[in-house]
Amino acid sequence: MAKTKALTVNGKQVSINYDDPAMPLLYVLRDNLGLNGPRFGCGLGQCGACTVHIDGKAVRSCVTPLSTVDARQKVVTLEGLGSPEKPHALQKAFIDEQAVQCGYCVNGMIMQSAAFLTKNKKPSDDEIKDALANNLCRCGTHARIVRAVKRASAQA
Amino acid sequence: MNIQISRRDALLGSGALIVSFSLAGPSPRAMAQTGTKPVTLTEVDSFLAIDKTGNVTIYSGKVDVGTGVSTALRQIVAEELDVPFERTKLIQGDTLLTPDQGKTWASLTIQIGGMQLRQAAAAARQALVTEAAKRLGTDQLTVTDGVISGNGKKVSYGELIGGKSFAITLDPKQPVKEKAPKDYKIVGKSHPRVDIPAKVTGRFTYMQDFKVPGMLHGRVVRPAAIGAKLESVDHSALKSIPGTVEVVREGNFLGVVASNEWDAIRGAAAIKATWSKSETLPDQAKLWDHVRATKVVKDEVTSNTGDTAEAMGKDGAKVIKATYDFAIQTHGSIGPSCAIAEFKDGALTSWSASQAPHDLHKQLAQMFSLPLDKVRCIYVEGSGCFGRNGHEDAAADAALLAKAVDRPVRVQWSRADEHGWDPKGPPTMMDMQASMDPQGNVTAWEGTFYMPQQTPNGFLVPLVAATLSGLPAADHIAPGNVFQDSAIPYKFANVKTVCKRLETTPFRPSWIRTPGRMQNTYANECFMDELAAAANMDPLEFHRKYLDDKRGLELLDRLAAFAKWAKRPSPQKGSSGSVAKGRGISYVKYELVRTYVGAVAEVEVDRSTGVIRVPKFYVVHDCGQIINPDGLKNQIEGCVMQTVSRTLIEELKFDRSHVTSLDWETYPILKFPQMPEVAIELIDRPNEKPWGAGEPSAAVIPSAISNAVFDATGMRLRSVPYTPAKVKTAMQAA
Repeated sequence: MAKTKALTVNGKQVSINYDDPAMPLLYVLRDNLGLNGPRFGCGLGQCGACTVHIDGKAVRSCVTPLSTVDARQKVVTLEGLGSPEKPHALQKAFIDEQAVQCGYCVNGMIMQSAAFLTKNKKPSDDEIKDALANNLCRCGTHARIVRAVKRASAQA
Repeated sequence: MNIQISRRDALLGSGALIVSFSLAGPSPRAMAQTGTKPVTLTEVDSFLAIDKTGNVTIYSGKVDVGTGVSTALRQIVAEELDVPFERTKLIQGDTLLTPDQGKTWASLTIQIGGMQLRQAAAAARQALVTEAAKRLGTDQLTVTDGVISGNGKKVSYGELIGGKSFAITLDPKQPVKEKAPKDYKIVGKSHPRVDIPAKVTGRFTYMQDFKVPGMLHGRVVRPAAIGAKLESVDHSALKSIPGTVEVVREGNFLGVVASNEWDAIRGAAAIKATWSKSETLPDQAKLWDHVRATKVVKDEVTSNTGDTAEAMGKDGAKVIKATYDFAIQTHGSIGPSCAIAEFKDGALTSWSASQAPHDLHKQLAQMFSLPLDKVRCIYVEGSGCFGRNGHEDAAADAALLAKAVDRPVRVQWSRADEHGWDPKGPPTMMDMQASMDPQGNVTAWEGTFYMPQQTPNGFLVPLVAATLSGLPAADHIAPGNVFQDSAIPYKFANVKTVCKRLETTPFRPSWIRTPGRMQNTYANECFMDELAAAANMDPLEFHRKYLDDKRGLELLDRLAAFAKWAKRPSPQKGSSGSVAKGRGISYVKYELVRTYVGAVAEVEVDRSTGVIRVPKFYVVHDCGQIINPDGLKNQIEGCVMQTVSRTLIEELKFDRSHVTSLDWETYPILKFPQMPEVAIELIDRPNEKPWGAGEPSAAVIPSAISNAVFDATGMRLRSVPYTPAKVKTAMQAA
């Protein structure tokens, strides 16, 4: 039977109807809440396309069961980070560097980097590459992504 | 210019100027040289429309697969029409609205699609200026931002069109004069991509995000083996999953439909299906023996000059031979394929990220025995596909499920679906031989390339769902055009190149970025390097010696300067230490008729682990007129990174029944810490035709790496990918 659960997403309290507590957070965000920032890439936690923040940490929402998240935790998606009108420094840097080809992976690139930059405010190129080592891009946009993260860090 | 009331004004609203291709003339499809039968564009023929407010709608059959061409195509049209970029919009890949300009493939979107749009825009501008001349009483006119001025008066495009409708028919035999490149203000500039702000803020609607009212979610339960028959189905476990609506079984096609996505996923996992044993695949350990033993159905001679046998048999001729192979690879889209289908009043609408909506249109019509006008395919951009991946198959899955449940159905493929069931880049093997005279001059060259056959109409990859369900399907096996670049640009006295077209290949073959051209160029350019070493010549000089193409020679000279190439033969002398460093060069003139690319790779080979690193690539690129320099660089960077990955680590694994590389652990791709630095020099030729750029630079990457490894270590790697195990084996043999 359908159950109800409260979550805190992008600063707002939301109520979720669900049946299976094992349902990954990704489907709650995309299908229940219509947030398309987090993307389905593998469902295995291998590619990073689904990355969101939970209490500021970058996590793979495709392997995060709904049962492990509660309303005291702050879930933030790419939409919560900024908007086209008011972009986050990273989003602006990705636009400035044109650091997108198909852009399917870019959610994970930005969310992973945003969490990383709070810990390491002035990273080297190699530190950025290591921080993004488990985020996959197939188009080969890597150099631009590294430049964008560097640019955002310089402006922080 | 023939102006008449358009029959299409119902579609475009009242008041518009529409530019179409002549229905009687050659179709753009024929100009695209796709090798398929040209279709008459009787239903959908418009390229662009200008409405009474002066806004321009571009109808493009070529689609943006994440390369940025939607920005570039708008630049071309805005430039040619003299309207602000912002007043243009693009509708792409809708079989009801856009012309069939052929698949979005082979780096032809700008070269073919863009140039058709440029002609259409030039024709519209000419017609509007002619009208304005009558209205303003002078032919001394200037156009700025969609406003025509002269004689102290001005009139806008919108005012000229007013509430009336005009149709202009293009005659490809009488091209309209286009704007002089020296007057360009928009083309040639790095206009920012229009899609990026939405993509980086989660507001872009990918196919994977697209929704249709009332849609259900479907998943397909895949056979345990390729060719397996469905013996029994137990779906009793679905009772505990409240959202599951229906199990659909048709032949060997098995799927489940649910009211929500997660229930479709767990529903598909809960179904217990029994499949017959099927072992159709060869032993992977003996793949190349299998390829060599496969029946050849055609010898396709792609070049034949002089008499190679005679030259090779001459006294004193030194004959050099080498065999190369290139692994089976997968597209590896980061977002697995996704599609939605809806049957309504006997007609099918399919939304997908297919690179070829007009081809999918024909395939779905065939599959469901529907007339073409009862099928509409609409493109919605998805994750980058790099060729024909699973998008079309997801579209067929969705259509089959939607028909069965009589509701719109969305099918999102899983990672295992994508890795396991998208069509593959076929295994390709190349036998090379050449002869040299005692002075080290090449006297003959022979290349023999083993690749799947190209059957008539072999540009349509059969749809998995049609095959599994037993519905009508095209019975093709082979990707067309993979013979390209088997012939060489070098002027040897005796040359023969032959493509051995094979009757079968282990997996459904299709095209992955630079299909055939990559494999063929790999063998040709590695073998050039082998001959340069045999002649004890600097490899770049060796290329120059046999090239008589002015643009090609200029490119090589600029590459030598750009990469600070030091002239000397390979391998370098005195290489010692645990990490060997070297440089390698490669060159291509794409398909021998268009984009020129030269590349220099710098590599490091760890002698103890066998791991190859590629710290840097230099690329010099000449694709004629550049539309958007930054967009072009983005494509070249992507070609390098993706192809370094394919060269070093990518190989599809399989057992006798099925693919076993079903995720990113078992089919890894290159990651950030291994990324090369890419230095690019663009040669812009504004007065030349613009050629394609999505593929050509990928062609030279594997050979540049191989040649650099030889330069570093003196060993030849001839089997892609260059895994540490292969490197170690080669080092022991060297």
